[in-house]
Amino acid sequence: MVRAQLRVLELPTHKSTTMHNKLTRQEILDLYFVEARHKLIDIGAFLDRVARADGDDDFRMKAFHCALAELSTREPHAAKRILLAFSDPTDEPIPAATTKAACGAWPGTL
Amino acid sequence: MRYIEPHAHMVSRVTDDYINMVASGCAAVCEPAFWAGFDRGSADGFHDYFLQLTNYEPSRAAKFGLPHFCWLCINPKESEDVGLAKEVLALIPEFIDRPNVLGIGEIGLNKNSRNELEVLEMHIDLAARHDQLILVHTPHLEDKLKGTRLTLDALRNNPRIKPERVIIDHVEEHTVEMVLDAGFWAGMTLYPGSKCSPVRAIDIIETYGAQRLWMNSACDWGVSIPLSIPYTAMEMRKRGHSADAIDALIYRNPHEFLSQCPKFKL
Repeated sequence: MVRAQLRVLELPTHKSTTMHNKLTRQEILDLYFVEARHKLIDIGAFLDRVARADGDDDFRMKAFHCALAELSTREPHAAKRILLAFSDPTDEPIPAATTKAACGAWPGTL
Repeated sequence: MRYIEPHAHMVSRVTDDYINMVASGCAAVCEPAFWAGFDRGSADGFHDYFLQLTNYEPSRAAKFGLPHFCWLCINPKESEDVGLAKEVLALIPEFIDRPNVLGIGEIGLNKNSRNELEVLEMHIDLAARHDQLILVHTPHLEDKLKGTRLTLDALRNNPRIKPERVIIDHVEEHTVEMVLDAGFWAGMTLYPGSKCSPVRAIDIIETYGAQRLWMNSACDWGVSIPLSIPYTAMEMRKRGHSADAIDALIYRNPHEFLSQCPKFKL
């Protein structure tokens, strides 16, 4: 059982390297493991659903698999690395906006 | 618990949302100008919208004792039409001195196009000429990283802009550090599906600190949660954050930034 409510955290300032009194790894697991497990199974089910369907996939699935690969490392900043895997890495403005919507993955290639 | 909702599109919400927000401790709501979900046909449409933001909506909020403030601009989603954008920008000085107008926003980029960038630069110039605060929208999903970089460049290219008077909104794990490192304020948007979740927003403050950061719901006409700030405060309590630390993030931080506009008084 999590006893997070008994602990008091002070928020660090930007660039602070000291993180006093944060939850222990066990407390984080108690608090979030089942939710994360649920989300991971949802991802597996999504991959199964795509595989069962007829037709081709597209650049989004390629980006998705690149992002999934980021999960298999033990390096820090996994959320950031996943976001970067889906991002347009270029620097120049596009000539014109032909749509208002974002699709979640960059369709281009370097 | 008290909090400030620094980014909510209340014209798209029902009055029950005002009731629930006030009952949850909301002390003020700030409404950036936004896309209506369809392109307005003329500058006259924006004139009416600015009247709504500066006259009608503050009256609706006042019925529940909630101070309502707003920001003015043409939203990035309508910035591809530079001619229309120029007409709309010409309207803004007529409204800028109204008592609930905090500054220029939410300006920025959507698809990172040349025209959007030109309109962003025009907004930045307008804010500089009128000494206004700036609220910046950053693009969605795959466009956010590039859009944030282009926006930072545009702001830094204007020597009259003071970073401490600019908030760059909708940051996520891959953009928050570059915004804070450049001296700007950063906003985390608690929006289902496409932006930060409450747990990730708390991860970000635990990683990068709470200085020059705020949280907002950006509730609008889409699937969104007007009470996402108090819900995130509940999550912070689960993680053991103190009442004072929560108050700093959801009330004192936005109060500090917004108080740079002398009209922001609670």
